Amino acid sequence: MIGIYLIAAFTIALALFLNRNKIVTFALLGSFLILQGALTVHAYLNFHSTELGYFTYDSLAVLLLFTLLIISIPALFHSHIYLEDQPAPVESRAIYYAAIVLLITAISAGYLANHIAVTWIFTEVTTLSASALIYHHRNKLALEGTWKYVFICAISITFVFIGILFLSMSLVNAGSDDLSFKNLLANSSQLNPFWLRLSFLFIFTGFTAKLGLVPMFTAGVDAKDKAPAPAGALLSSVLMNLGFVGIFRFYIVVANTPLHNWANLVIGIAAFLSVFVATVYMIKVKNIKRMMAYSSIEHMGLVMLGVAAGGIGYYAAILHIVLHAFVKSSMFFQFTQLYRVFQNKSIYHVGNYFKYNTSGAMVLLFGFISVTAMPPSGLFVSEFLIFRSLFEAHQIILLIVVLILLTMIIWAFGKNILKMLFIPPVGFDDSHVPVINPWESASQFFLLGLAVYLGLNPPAEFVQLIKESVMMLPN
Amino acid sequence: MIDVLLITFIITLFYIAIANRMLTYLKVLAFQGVLLFVVVFIQLNEINPINLALILLETIVFKSVAVPLFMAHVLKHNNITREAEPYLPNFVSLIITTLIVVVTILLANGVKDTRLDKIFFVVALSSLFTGLYFIATRRKIITHVIGYLIIENGVFVLSLAVGNEMPMLVNLGIMLDIFASVLILGIFLNKIGDVFKDVDVDQLSSLKDY
Repeated sequence: MIGIYLIAAFTIALALFLNRNKIVTFALLGSFLILQGALTVHAYLNFHSTELGYFTYDSLAVLLLFTLLIISIPALFHSHIYLEDQPAPVESRAIYYAAIVLLITAISAGYLANHIAVTWIFTEVTTLSASALIYHHRNKLALEGTWKYVFICAISITFVFIGILFLSMSLVNAGSDDLSFKNLLANSSQLNPFWLRLSFLFIFTGFTAKLGLVPMFTAGVDAKDKAPAPAGALLSSVLMNLGFVGIFRFYIVVANTPLHNWANLVIGIAAFLSVFVATVYMIKVKNIKRMMAYSSIEHMGLVMLGVAAGGIGYYAAILHIVLHAFVKSSMFFQFTQLYRVFQNKSIYHVGNYFKYNTSGAMVLLFGFISVTAMPPSGLFVSEFLIFRSLFEAHQIILLIVVLILLTMIIWAFGKNILKMLFIPPVGFDDSHVPVINPWESASQFFLLGLAVYLGLNPPAEFVQLIKESVMMLPN
Repeated sequence: MIDVLLITFIITLFYIAIANRMLTYLKVLAFQGVLLFVVVFIQLNEINPINLALILLETIVFKSVAVPLFMAHVLKHNNITREAEPYLPNFVSLIITTLIVVVTILLANGVKDTRLDKIFFVVALSSLFTGLYFIATRRKIITHVIGYLIIENGVFVLSLAVGNEMPMLVNLGIMLDIFASVLILGIFLNKIGDVFKDVDVDQLSSLKDY
């Protein structure tokens, strides 16, 4: 199935790139969604089976594939609205659709890959397709964002490759040259600790560009700012999850070696710095999209803190990335409507949103509550569990500092969002404000509601999948 | 013989630290490509013809001819000044590069693994860090790309160190190299040259938080 999926998806992307007819585009996008759905269902039905040698339908992959499917449907829908509203040349429209299909395909394949080199290859493909999306507007600022993204991602990808080379050196003792995660795990006691240490440092640093963690987080922020918001939704949710998968699968291997505590220290430092950096930027940021991007960095910092703390933190981390993907993508989808009303993304020029688009403003308000993890948000549950894991790991001081930083983030976020919702903007001429169909917000409400449901009342199957994903980790 | 070649490679790093003109950088890059080819030729004992052709394509055709020629074209086309305009004086650059090499040698001495040729490790890590240093201290976008290419050359050396055990990784590395370089050079350096007339990183600072 994965072979058929890859061939068909690449064919669809190529066809979208060449095609100029609107109806054909719809048909192609529809068939792609059916294909994506078929892959997801197939993955679920053929749980734990391996295809083509390099792709395994394991629990983490199935969970994230479902997340990807649920987010990619509204992403394509909102992309359509976006492209109708902001008339782009036919060519850039074709490139946009082809790139978004390629991005989703590469992300799915990256989730499923059971071999570190294969994960790496598909991460590289996401850089290519994401850069096409960021460059959509073909102007100076878009070029700057794309250049920074491509350059930093190229360096990060090189770092991951260096890490893979070191990993292969550390495996020499084991008398095997298979770099699949399964084989690494089986031989984890044979791995040479010196090379493994170097390898973990490089692979971790490399994947932080996708995950959005210190040190390589900057590229992602510029990318989410310049990419059209529906594409930004994918970049700040499912693509970040791909970075997480890359790190997490390798972390499982390292956690089963004597280097476990050292790896936790590395992850913990990077995670704490991410929360700190996100706080600093959140306080001064005035660009709404960048504000949401920095909020993603904060959340990924929390996720990795959960991983570093261990125990219940592993469960919480996986729950958190899934829920965060739903919440953050719905906020990005909402941004397209906000931009249509105000034609601006600076907080200074946006305000009194309730007056112009009630349903959209409700989404922003609920999204704010969800993203800052106030009850009944599902993120409240996962953040609470992360804090508990920090507490159980006896990191009280770290926990207190993180809580203070989070309070500052909530203050900064709340100040901006409430201004956007209630305070009238200065000098805004509201005679040309378009009427926005409330149904366009339906998908956002669905995603936010889903995050609440999965957080507060998770189905047994969902819990089982998460538990299985973290099963290989020592407690 | 390999040692001599790899030490020559390190000397090119020193040379690039004190060189001033853009064309010199390109010549050094081309020279590094040739060096790499000879190293591969000696190092990999059982090369099949397809692999050899691929490596030949990568080192000679790509690294030594195509990339420098293309960059020279970009330089000329966009009227980029010939000076590199580093932020720091060349003397400091030379000291820092030396420090990098010394530190990597010390690090390599700590390695207990007998199978690894330490000199590969030293060369690879030195060129990695020199490349990063180069990116951080030069003003032009094109010099950033040169820094990236130096990193790529270092990675290539590193992949050779494990190349006899895992030829697949060498091929993967070549794939990475060509893919990323084409992406960076072909699409964006060209575009950036057309949009920003004087290609300077100071111009790439309009994406702000407010």
